[in-house]
Amino acid sequence: MTRDLSRPILLAVSALLAAMIVLPVGWLLVVSLTDKEGGATLANFVALFTDPTFVDPLVTTLIIACSVSVICCLVAAPLGWLVARTDMPLARTVRTLVMASLVTPPFVGAIAWEMLAAPNSGLLNQLWRLVSGMPADEALFDIYSLTGLIFVISCYTFPYVFILVANALDRMPGELEDASSMLGAKTWQTARRITVPLALPTLLAGALVAFLQALNLFGSPAILAIPAGFHTLTTRIWSLFQFPPKPELAAAASVPLLVLTILLLRAQAMALGRRGYAVLGGKYGAPRPIRLGWLRGPAVALALFILAMPLFLPYAALFNSAFSRVASRIVTPETITLHNVRFTFLELSSTMPALKNTFLLATASATLGALLALLIAYIVARKAVRGHRVLAFLATAPLAIPGIVLGVGLFLAYTRPPLALYGTLWILLIAFVTIELPAAYQQLGSAFHAVHPELEEAGRMLGATQLRTLADITAPLLRSAVIATWCFIFVATIRELSAAVILFTSETKVLSVLIFDLKESGDVGAIAVLSLSMVAITTVVIAAANRLHARPQVRPAT
Amino acid sequence: MRRRSLVAAGLLLPFGARVLSAAPPPQAITPELVDAAKKEGKVTYYTAMDLSVAEPVAKAFEAKYPGIKVAVERTGAERLFNRIGQEVGSNIKRVDVANSSDAAHFIVWKRQGWLEPFLTLDMAENIPADQRDPDGTFVNQRTHLSAIAYNTSLVKPEDVPKGFNDLLDPKYVGKLVKGHPGYSGTIMTATHQLAKALGWAYFEKLSKQKVLQVQSATEPPKRIEAGERAIAVDGSDYLFWMAKERGAPIEVVHAIEGTPQISNPMAIFKAAPNPNAARLLVAWIMSAEGQQFIVNLSGQYPAHKLVKAKAGRPALASIKTLPEDPAEVEKSADEIKTRYQRLFKV
Repeated sequence: MTRDLSRPILLAVSALLAAMIVLPVGWLLVVSLTDKEGGATLANFVALFTDPTFVDPLVTTLIIACSVSVICCLVAAPLGWLVARTDMPLARTVRTLVMASLVTPPFVGAIAWEMLAAPNSGLLNQLWRLVSGMPADEALFDIYSLTGLIFVISCYTFPYVFILVANALDRMPGELEDASSMLGAKTWQTARRITVPLALPTLLAGALVAFLQALNLFGSPAILAIPAGFHTLTTRIWSLFQFPPKPELAAAASVPLLVLTILLLRAQAMALGRRGYAVLGGKYGAPRPIRLGWLRGPAVALALFILAMPLFLPYAALFNSAFSRVASRIVTPETITLHNVRFTFLELSSTMPALKNTFLLATASATLGALLALLIAYIVARKAVRGHRVLAFLATAPLAIPGIVLGVGLFLAYTRPPLALYGTLWILLIAFVTIELPAAYQQLGSAFHAVHPELEEAGRMLGATQLRTLADITAPLLRSAVIATWCFIFVATIRELSAAVILFTSETKVLSVLIFDLKESGDVGAIAVLSLSMVAITTVVIAAANRLHARPQVRPAT
Repeated sequence: MRRRSLVAAGLLLPFGARVLSAAPPPQAITPELVDAAKKEGKVTYYTAMDLSVAEPVAKAFEAKYPGIKVAVERTGAERLFNRIGQEVGSNIKRVDVANSSDAAHFIVWKRQGWLEPFLTLDMAENIPADQRDPDGTFVNQRTHLSAIAYNTSLVKPEDVPKGFNDLLDPKYVGKLVKGHPGYSGTIMTATHQLAKALGWAYFEKLSKQKVLQVQSATEPPKRIEAGERAIAVDGSDYLFWMAKERGAPIEVVHAIEGTPQISNPMAIFKAAPNPNAARLLVAWIMSAEGQQFIVNLSGQYPAHKLVKAKAGRPALASIKTLPEDPAEVEKSADEIKTRYQRLFKV
């Protein structure tokens, strides 16, 4: 038998993952318990829970997370139901567009909403004044407020809940509902006693996803919170990295986020774990869509109205601002200008380096992340070596580390010997791969269940090593899943801001950080051009991957 | 009022009186320097100046010396200071030339021994001694003001404020925008001057006016042009003027209490990866040609004796300005940020 490398590989991968997680989190905890002279102390935590400049942001963040969670469920549940279970027109388009809205980075969404709903210069407020004759200093919407921030975060968070709900409703057996109505229940009774209880665990999980997302988000608060006059926990952590940097306080402020995230993930796992009963018990037919009758028109209008919030309105504002000298004025054929495009691509000397860094990092992170996830998913799914469970745990562990916390941890871990990686692209690569690994692993892990082990066993019997089998047999069979994972990491890396904003240096600036820097000086025209370019790149990559994806599939459709 | 010299401001004498000048012998711009700079092929210029001026300055230098690319790294002076501190502290050699609106930073950098002395023959002759460090480690590139300004279509003539105290009037609630001393060197310097002239009680009252808080001093001009707020409490004055000259409905107010004055020193770093291109860039920006370019484009007040201020702008000497004191700013920067944050909540 040829020498099997699987044992050393398992060890190597485990050590790598452990280092990726333990190093930043370990340093974070150590530094949070250290004073400026290096002695052990709890003073940082005392400061954290007594100083109003920390307590206020903590309270604000919790208010935001709870509100976002509720709003997302209120929006995503009916929309998910309309798309998955009714004969609403354009259902498929609506579903695609909701998912497409996720391509928008949350900080770009927030900037676009500034253009729309800044109290005085916002386009929607101007329009409203024009229509209603409201006096000049009153505003219909004020984006620089707690409600404004909650609204913007909800816009770019409800799609996650929507996907969960719509997928769960797709799988929900229609027979139970049919039986209910056959037994004489009215439509609303069926809904109350069958559909809602069956969907409830998913909705609960969705609520937690939204809560977590809002809790750990940096991009939207960073844009809106400072003009609105408050901090959230993530922007406060970031501000602690401004001069004079107080890493020990930043580390201490990261710990509540870390603990809260871990607790919520446990809760989410429990909620999703209970969902099993809904789909137990053999095969069911596809559910019959519910006829909406005369409500079809209003239903699709509602869906498009919801989509206007994350998609139609913000992109209209971005396009307007990209070709306008002043973002608060609607472009007309007389005022249209290429000034911003020229400035961004011909004058702004950071544009090209940032584009290059972003593209390089996204490609490298996607390739490395997909390979690593593939390897781990294989070892775990095939129980290839003893101790594979540890790997599964390590691969999902980064889920519990918010981006900004990971940024702080990596900064602390890699600004000192032996691995002084700060200032290189490597530290960003490590950050991006760590952040995206859990989702990549989960995607590929579920894909492995679709490939029958017999094929691999045949390869093994013919004398190939496990690795060889993985490369020659399993990987090609998983091609479409691997491509999807690659794309997923690529897109996620391009839009990442929270870790990058802590870890970048002027030489390693990426597109998201460049946009963030431009926001500081209020250069919204250039921001609009860069944001649209960013979304264009992302869309092209996804479209290209879809073409690859569309070739004959080996994997059975699941 | 006469322009206050940097010496009088204490900037150049951070540690007691130094009688003897240790400035390096003035250099000529030799063909050898130009060749060496072209061999390096690039120079990194960290600046807090608005991109609409900084990038054209870079392009003009590139046109003058083909083959040398200028990478402009712009952010607010306080973030710039942090960035340079983190990079140099982590032994990352990237900054060649730094130019910031918080003159206190140069005291720190000089004390840490990070700055490379440099003086050209032209600078020795034409940049007044009170605009230069006696040891030659930095030089004031230009001076601007942090002025009040308003959008004429949003403020009635009878409502135009005359100064800072006027802005506390209830009629301005929700109409003001201002920059943040935690991000902007202009605002840091201005906050120090105003706190000294009017007391922190002034900022406490101002914080109750529902001020729109932005970061950089380069943003309030853009916000009042867009009509988001009617009046800018502070901001880089050259951007107000540039917008006005472009046709935007903006007027500048020089406060009766005095307008904060901001010098913008520039220095070469010892660890500069492109030392020759760095010298050439500083030499060019401080030459009559470079200074004239900045004046023509932005109307900031030049340091060079032979360069006239921009026509149509008020002479610096005719404006009542507040005294600049970088040594004091250096000592109290942390306190200013903390107090400001407690009042304005961010």
